[in-house]
Amino acid sequence: MPDLWIDLLHILDATLRLATPLILCAMAGLISERGGVIDIGLEGKLLAGAFAAAAVASLSGFAMLGVLAAVLVGAALSLVHGFACITHKGEHIISGVAINILASGLTVVVGIALFQQGGQTPLLGPEERFGSIALPLAATLGGVPVFGPLYSELISGHNILVYIALASVPAVYFLLYRTTFGLRLRAVGEAPEAIDSAGLSVTRLRYGAVLIAGCLCGLAGAYLSIAHGAGFVREMSAGKGFIALAAMIFGKWRPWPVLFACLIFGFLEAIAARLQGTEMPVIGVVPVEMILVLPYIATVILLAGFFGQAIPPRALGTPYVKER
Amino acid sequence: MSATALPRWAEIGLIPLVNLTLAFTVSGVVVALIGENPVEAMSIMLKGAFIYPGGLGYTLYYTTNFIFTGLAVSVAFHAMLFNIGGEGQASLGGLGAALVCLALDPFLPGLIVVPLAVLAAAAFGAGWALIPGYLQAYRGSHVVITTIMFNFIAAGLMVGLLSGPLMRPGQSSPQTREFAGGTNLAYLHDWARALGFDVASSPLNLSFLVALAAALGVWILIWRTKFGYALRAIGQSDPAAVYAGIRVPRMIVIAMAISGALAGMMALNEILGVQHKLILNWTSGYGFTGIAVALMGRNHPVGIILASLLFGALFQGGAELDFEFQTITREMVLMIQGLIILFSGALALMFTPVLGRIFAVLKAGRARDA
Repeated sequence: MPDLWIDLLHILDATLRLATPLILCAMAGLISERGGVIDIGLEGKLLAGAFAAAAVASLSGFAMLGVLAAVLVGAALSLVHGFACITHKGEHIISGVAINILASGLTVVVGIALFQQGGQTPLLGPEERFGSIALPLAATLGGVPVFGPLYSELISGHNILVYIALASVPAVYFLLYRTTFGLRLRAVGEAPEAIDSAGLSVTRLRYGAVLIAGCLCGLAGAYLSIAHGAGFVREMSAGKGFIALAAMIFGKWRPWPVLFACLIFGFLEAIAARLQGTEMPVIGVVPVEMILVLPYIATVILLAGFFGQAIPPRALGTPYVKER
Repeated sequence: MSATALPRWAEIGLIPLVNLTLAFTVSGVVVALIGENPVEAMSIMLKGAFIYPGGLGYTLYYTTNFIFTGLAVSVAFHAMLFNIGGEGQASLGGLGAALVCLALDPFLPGLIVVPLAVLAAAAFGAGWALIPGYLQAYRGSHVVITTIMFNFIAAGLMVGLLSGPLMRPGQSSPQTREFAGGTNLAYLHDWARALGFDVASSPLNLSFLVALAAALGVWILIWRTKFGYALRAIGQSDPAAVYAGIRVPRMIVIAMAISGALAGMMALNEILGVQHKLILNWTSGYGFTGIAVALMGRNHPVGIILASLLFGALFQGGAELDFEFQTITREMVLMIQGLIILFSGALALMFTPVLGRIFAVLKAGRARDA
């Protein structure tokens, strides 16, 4: 029995680690879309953030500078998105596609120019990345039956960005539902004309939303390359931005349900990794690919309204044109 | 709006040119920052795409892919549908073609198998786009999100099939066995040589001509049929289309199916034409390039052929960069592609007002002179 418990804890531990970038990106998408700006460029910002973090950490030797660079790059790409969608009233989806493609080209081009390693960054040393943090008393409590391992294995021993990701959920909740900015942000996604007639700037609010989104994506990218991993490799975001997008829809654009969706999707990934190549009774070798595509299938079914309903913010994707 | 309306030639000629120049300028700056000479890089790309032996053949071979995916995006665009599932639909098209070849090539001659494989490619691609179309038309889920999800589901499906039931017997790499030789599409260099021309080998094959025919077909469909008229009516104004008695949901499903069929037909070029077996990731992002192509080509078949040629040249020229430079690789082309989508798609409205004002001033000046 204790073995099974430890086993489960290991899977949940992996779940948390795999869900971290999803949580940060999904919160990013949530803020942007609650403000009325579609963000399918999460993937691109995640990738660019991962590259910036690893490149700057490797060149400077400091992990903190890497995170800073990732956040700045994420914000910069968000500004491009905002410039196209908010200022010039362009198609949000086209701009998102452009950012994704731009990021996958630019990271390799700049990567080769800086490091000459085929688009990778050098392997990062311990100073250049975030190590795991042992929470107080982890070692002492580890011996306590049942709850000891829960604390020492699952709760303690992650890097700082995992805890930041978890903290981002209540932070986003607070921002959206307990602050003036949040109220206005939700209004600008539902009824921008109301914000305008209240004498507030739709443009400024939406820029605020996409900027926060960019910063969060940058953090997620930094997590991939300098916390979870030890360097950047090509296309290392590997569709995580899109899974986050699915999680955001699955959680119906609300912080806590979105967190829940991210954890489920992370759990599926952890299970898939665990079952890779193992034989199971009855079904034989587990079709891992089928487990990995479950998030996408579930999102399609949810969107089609076969269980529950996912209703996006009303003004999502529509540029605001002042009446004259 | 009338003050900023552009003459037609500026709308279809000047705007794409301005966007293209901008994309190239930004790319040139990146090349310069990396420490290479942008002019030299450009000239190597041009030589690689058109002048070196076989270069033109390769360029047209890439062009073929982009004509199919560009047409696919444009057909959906006409009904204001954004099909970004070209990757998944093309993958499924490849699966359809491969299944027909694997099942029938031991028994039937290529002359029968190939047309069936082409039909299967189109049908599988159509089917993979029809579901998102149906869900948008009748269940209200947005086609953009659904097609993104379907790209990933298709990718998972391919890995599952190619490392499982479809894997070549006795091997462990994720690919099918080779199809029988009779199913291979003819290479155009073989035809040219038979006619006595001395041309270099390239993967350019019969499907290039099929792509051109498809472009003609799309032109007829969109501008010369009742269906095309209804499709454009939906794109212009949904309520007006409903008022005119057009069955919008049904049109959405059909438009998506046609779009998917065109994307699926990319398998003609890659699977039947070049690979002669089904492999993983053969779509290489060409489905996304179709978006750039459709935007550049202003959703018109002629524009799409020209834009496809541009991207074909970029891809082939980009491959040449790999050989010539230590520091510039073909990913540079991906960057240019992203910039083109940004400038000619997302920022499409940036220059129109500016140019409109310039034209208005010019017109006013001419009116005064006269």
